[in-house]
Parts: sequence; C-alpha cells; structure tokens
Amino acid sequence: MWTWFHRLASPPHLYRTAAAWAPWLAFAAVILIGYGLVDGLVFAPPDYQQGDAFRIIYVHAPSAWLSLFGYTLMAVAGAVALIWRIKVGYAVAAAAAPIGASFTLSALVTGSLWGRPMWGTYWAWDPRLTSELILLFLYFGVISLRKAFEDPNRGDRASALLGIVGVVNVPIVHFSVYWWNSLHQGGTVMRLGKPEMPGSMLWPLLAMLAGFMCFFGAVLCVRVRAEILSRERQSTWVREVVAA
Amino acid sequence: MIRSGFWAMGGYARFVWPSIGFALAILAWNIWSARRHHARALLRVRRAIQMARSEES
Repeated sequence: MWTWFHRLASPPHLYRTAAAWAPWLAFAAVILIGYGLVDGLVFAPPDYQQGDAFRIIYVHAPSAWLSLFGYTLMAVAGAVALIWRIKVGYAVAAAAAPIGASFTLSALVTGSLWGRPMWGTYWAWDPRLTSELILLFLYFGVISLRKAFEDPNRGDRASALLGIVGVVNVPIVHFSVYWWNSLHQGGTVMRLGKPEMPGSMLWPLLAMLAGFMCFFGAVLCVRVRAEILSRERQSTWVREVVAA
Repeated sequence: MIRSGFWAMGGYARFVWPSIGFALAILAWNIWSARRHHARALLRVRRAIQMARSEES
C-alpha cells in the first residue's frame, strides 16, 4: 500500500499512469453515459408525481455527486501535498479544481431547471441550494488564489489551505436536507440501504453516476499530465518524454 | 423505436432538454479545456527545449 502510494508520488510514474488510464476511463465513460442517457430518457417510465421532469435527475444527480467528490479529492490532494510535501498533490489539486467547479455549475443550472416546474421557482435560498452555491464560490476562490501569487509554490500552499478549510462545506451540502427544512428532496438512490427507486429508473441513474465518475477520471488524467508537464518542464525526464 | 411524445417530455421539454444540453455542454467544455491545457503545456516544454538547444549552439 505505502509502496504504491510512494510510487504514485513520483511525477514520472504518475504521468505515465495517467496516460495509461485516460483512454480506458474515456471508453468506459462513453459506454456508460450512452447507455444511461438512452435508458433514462427513452425507456425509463415517467415518475408518478413528477412525470417526465424527473428525467433531469440523470444529469443533475451525477453533476451534484461530482461537485462534492471533486472538492473532497482537491482537499485531500492539497492536504497530502502540505503534510507530506508531495508535490504531485498540488498538481492533482490544481487539476481537480476546474473540473469540480464545472460540475458544480452544472448541478446548480440543472437543479434550477428542475426546480421551476416542481417548486414554481428557479431559485430559492434553500439550505441545499445555498450551500452548493457556496461550494462553487469556494472552487472559484481556490482557483483564483493559486493564480494570485507570483511565486507558484506560495499559490499552491495558499490554495491547498483554502481547499482544506472549505471542505467543511461538503458534509453541510450533503446533510443540509436532513439538518434543516428544505425544498430539496432527500437521498434518492439509497436510503437506509434500500433504493428509493424501481430498477427501471435506478439502473440508468447508476450507469450515469459511474459514467460521470469515469469521465471525471479521464479528464483528471489529461489535466494532471498537463500540470506535471508545466511544473516539471526543467526536468530531464520531461524533456526526454516530449522529445521522444 | 422512440416512444410517442418523446420530444415533448410530457410537457416538460423546455426544462428537460436544456438540462441535458447544458450537462453535455459541460462535458464537452471539460474535454476541450483539458486537451487545450495539455497542448499548451507540451508547447511550453518544446519551447524550453528549443531555447536550451539554441543556447548550447
């Protein structure tokens, strides 16, 4: 376990690992998202209360899930870099931030479009919606802070610190629907270990969740490679890889 | 075979299709942005190599 961790902390090893994983993750993402969209939009039955509007869940739930996953990954990578002084942690955090921010925006926009027919409004200062909006601002803060310093090392450290402090918002987003009165519905996929949806609706949702995760992984691999190239461009191994 | 009323989405088409479209646009932006980021990083390294070579010669 620790050997694997230490090997992954080596920039050349992570660069090659990311290159090997990216096409497989991209392939899995295309298959899973393709299946999930067709099954969810064409074959899944309409919801007995929400009708066909419920189909927004097939893009909203995976986006919302990745918004939280992306932030947690960014904070953990930043913490690893700060605590153990592992430089690739900063590269992973920098790579994860724009992807997570884009999925947070997607969750907010698709949620807003779902809210209009169900709640009668595009936006409400509801705990779930407000904490998700704060998450988007935290992403913007982390991205901006990294670029605000002339010294990239200081930018990396400051943004990692903000990422770690902001991770407190992740459980708030997740549990807001249970802690406070909320317009937003509670857990959809699993509640007390039992799915809330019939299989015909659940399978395409699980495929979309897995597909979006694979997509996130594939894009992360490409971005991590770019970050490593930028950060290690004076290294001999980078010059050998690029020249080859 | 697409079911009848598929495009109408039971009267919710103006909410469902923009949601799907926006999410797919986000996926497309991620692909474009990551590839551009990688291409720029490669270009920077190649320039650094060229500069080092010109300094040597």
